[in-house]
Amino acid sequence: MAPMSAAATSRPGESIGGPTRRRLAAFSRVLRQNGFKVGLAETRDALALLALPLAARPSALRPALRSLFCATHSDWERFDDIFDAFWRGRGLRQTRTLSGSPTDGRAPLRRIAEAAGPQGPAGLPDHVERRHDGDSPGGRGRREGASRFDNLAATDMRHIVDPDDVAQTHALAARLARVMRARLVRRERIHRRGRRLDLRRTIHRSVSHGGTPVDLAWRRRKIKPLRLVVLLDASGSMSLYTAFFVRFLHGVVDSFREAEAFVFHTRLAHVSASLRDRDVARAVDRLALMAQGIGGGTRIGESLATFNRWHARRVIHSRTAVMIVSDGYDTGEPAELAAQMRRLRRRCRRIIWLNPLIGWRDYAPRARGMQAALPYVDLFAPAHNLASLAALEPYLARI
Amino acid sequence: MTLDRENISDRLATVGYVADRDIATALWLMEYLKRPLLLEGEAGVGKTEVAKALAAVHGAELIRLQCYEGLDQNAALYEWNYQRQLLAIKAREGENADAIEEHIFSERYLLERPLLAAIRRDKPPVLLIDEVDRADEEFEAFLLELLSDFQVSIPELGTIKATSIPRVVLTSNGTRELSDALRRRCLYHYVDFPDVDREAKIILVRIPGIDTALALQIARMIAAIRKEDLRKVPGVAETLDWAATLAGLEIHDLRHEPEAVHETMICLLKTHEDRARITREVSERLLGKVA
Repeated sequence: MAPMSAAATSRPGESIGGPTRRRLAAFSRVLRQNGFKVGLAETRDALALLALPLAARPSALRPALRSLFCATHSDWERFDDIFDAFWRGRGLRQTRTLSGSPTDGRAPLRRIAEAAGPQGPAGLPDHVERRHDGDSPGGRGRREGASRFDNLAATDMRHIVDPDDVAQTHALAARLARVMRARLVRRERIHRRGRRLDLRRTIHRSVSHGGTPVDLAWRRRKIKPLRLVVLLDASGSMSLYTAFFVRFLHGVVDSFREAEAFVFHTRLAHVSASLRDRDVARAVDRLALMAQGIGGGTRIGESLATFNRWHARRVIHSRTAVMIVSDGYDTGEPAELAAQMRRLRRRCRRIIWLNPLIGWRDYAPRARGMQAALPYVDLFAPAHNLASLAALEPYLARI
Repeated sequence: MTLDRENISDRLATVGYVADRDIATALWLMEYLKRPLLLEGEAGVGKTEVAKALAAVHGAELIRLQCYEGLDQNAALYEWNYQRQLLAIKAREGENADAIEEHIFSERYLLERPLLAAIRRDKPPVLLIDEVDRADEEFEAFLLELLSDFQVSIPELGTIKATSIPRVVLTSNGTRELSDALRRRCLYHYVDFPDVDREAKIILVRIPGIDTALALQIARMIAAIRKEDLRKVPGVAETLDWAATLAGLEIHDLRHEPEAVHETMICLLKTHEDRARITREVSERLLGKVA
């Protein structure tokens, strides 16, 4: 990849001792554990830098290594802390947080959960529920409602507690996400009609006709695929549904080429990267940890503000549908939520609000937050079972 | 020509670029490792200026490719001169078709676009690929190939190898996520808004004859405005416009001219919403805090 790298030609690190090498390797590893994309080329170049006189001064070495190792803004913001912790105070590097400290909207320092081994997906939802024990209303003790259902798709997820059924529901959710994507793509192909003349090829072909463009070459207009941005409420009041939606999210991110996923409770976390893990169990487990509520209620308005401020510009383009999955119980100011919804509305093509409570009998969107948000929502739909999710597909296809 | 880090710092200063220390390191590293530099940051923080300064430091030509949605190889790399080709075909009517084809697909009819130009110079230029996030993913992939091989294949003509390897600076406003491959190919630097001291220095360098005290006041005021919740945060260019306006109105102390300060803020606030947000009261409050 880097054929003319100076480091490659000068055989770096000849003069560097083993301890320094090992230390650098360890540093690369720490960075990788924190989500940095550090490859061999970077480590090799860093070794070359360490051999230079500049390496003696941390004030000069840090910016150099930062430019080398960082690839994104969130890397950039976290690098100094990690660098200082690693090179200046040993032992501090264990201070990473998984989802704990609310560092407004920044990606949390994360460490891949090594514990998440070959655990079956069935074990996972339990995980999430248990963590929410404290604040989930009636989270446990619904076991008496458990029985086998012929049609899991029509069952409210609250009532699916048998591990086998849970596993099956999750598999269904993932498959559903995939099916939705396949159909959407097919519809797009049929709609591709825009054509324009390809001058370069037309001229080329005209040579044999004495310069008269008889044989015209056309170009097809390219249509951007629909992008789906999902914002999932992972607060205590949603905990009965979180595990299921996390699984659905994984399916969406895995199969849509263009999808971004965020999770919020009191703050917002961008989780697409964590979800792109091939190992479903590990990805979902890691996300379940990130999605853990830390108490203090749901701040939908503030989370949306973070989204609008830091992420919207990057993840939203002209063909983007934003899907908010939340019960609308907001502990923040309804006015703030309304203002943020208005801002979001201006940016994206459609806002879909999925509310699991709609599936409940006698539900009316009376929560203040829900009231404030509703005027900006294009589609307000239930999401308490798989059938209700499947019903979205025709709507998405029309966008 | 290799420069060490301090050297680059000094040279940046002589070409009138007020650098923070870290950007000098990044530019030196770019030279040392021969890798492209990816600059990210909000609109208006002066990313493009870095490339211009780099070109000035090396006394090199600056070749700029502005990316946009739908940018393709025709516009970025090369294009044939169709009008002349058509004329040539007409003029040579009756000749052997193969001969005509060979004639019209020769260098004479080739129009260089920025990317091709950048690798065909005698002296390595600085290639600025501006707002790469606006281009499509396909273009990004193509760019990646060019940046690693520095050769271009033109089907009708053959492969063109680079005569000089340009120094490449890419900028991104973050409207789209760039691919990991491109990010990993590049060194990374996040450009932030300058701090008050640096912004004051920039004003002094760019607007000759302005009061040092006024420059500092303006820089403080701008820093305060950036903290407000605005849709379009004023960039360095806006700061300079505003400073020039205030200097032009022969204002020497912002405290004495709250009216003029508020009215000239049209240089800074470019949407109706922002304008409505910074009311007269707000601007006076900010002024009271900073001046």
